[in-house]
Amino acid sequence: MKTAVIQFPGSNCDADALHAAKLMLDEGAQFVWHTETQLPEGTELVFLPGGFSYGDHLRSGAIAARSPVMNAVKAHAEAGGYVLGVCNGFQVLTEAGLLPGALSRNRELHFLCKPVKLRVENHQTAYTAAYAKDQVLEIPVAHGEGNYYADAETVARLETEGRVVFRYVDNPNGSLNDIAGIVNEGGNVLGMMPHPERAVELLLGSEDGRGLFESLRAGRKGA
Amino acid sequence: MPHYTAKVYVTLKPSILDPQGRTVERALSHLEHDNVSGVRIGKYIELNLNGEKAEVEAQLRDITENVLSNPIMEDARWELNEA
Repeated sequence: MKTAVIQFPGSNCDADALHAAKLMLDEGAQFVWHTETQLPEGTELVFLPGGFSYGDHLRSGAIAARSPVMNAVKAHAEAGGYVLGVCNGFQVLTEAGLLPGALSRNRELHFLCKPVKLRVENHQTAYTAAYAKDQVLEIPVAHGEGNYYADAETVARLETEGRVVFRYVDNPNGSLNDIAGIVNEGGNVLGMMPHPERAVELLLGSEDGRGLFESLRAGRKGA
Repeated sequence: MPHYTAKVYVTLKPSILDPQGRTVERALSHLEHDNVSGVRIGKYIELNLNGEKAEVEAQLRDITENVLSNPIMEDARWELNEA
């Protein structure tokens, strides 16, 4: 699966994202700089990595969401292409309007950096088909602004449409309904605060993130 | 072309938890300022703009609502003054 890892000034999980994409999806994964106006020919997955794009100035993800490459990412998403946003990538997706809601400061204000337990709430998405329903994963988080918020109507819609994909077992940041990851209406755009790309090798402490990439690989178009 | 200065104030909506404000409120209480409540922390942004007033106003509204604030969780208001 040909993957484009978007780099913004301040992205710092870009190398992890590229490594995981090469290991799990395809050796052809490559970086794409934020000033590009087009994605590489044949891009199947856009990976918006974690980090602190533009130093989190203004709001997390706000400036990155308005950078030139995001027009191409939006077009890719609207055409049904896969877009995965992890941590700051999730913040960029909400700021860009590709996912509903917003991520605000963690309830206790602390920056959290630790493994957390996630429950797979919907195992019937392109990102979770390799997991079992209610499977509990151990995946690390590393964020200061991961407190998911949306108005009550939006949260109710996410719940009834099965778009809450991952939920925290012990909510670390105050997110509404323990939400850790959501998909868009089409199911092709996933945003999540925990880092599956940091959990693809036992050397890193967990392999529980592999299923996400295996799901994508198994479900790729034309496969 | 006229010059304007703008002041933009961005605050979290009342329904959104403001952990910074809550922490400061608690600290004030520890300092025996027991009559202080409703502490909310926001952002203050200054801008200079050149142009005709009606256009500058429309532009400032667009900047404030679509870039400087996130209407999902923030309220924003602005003041425009001729420099």
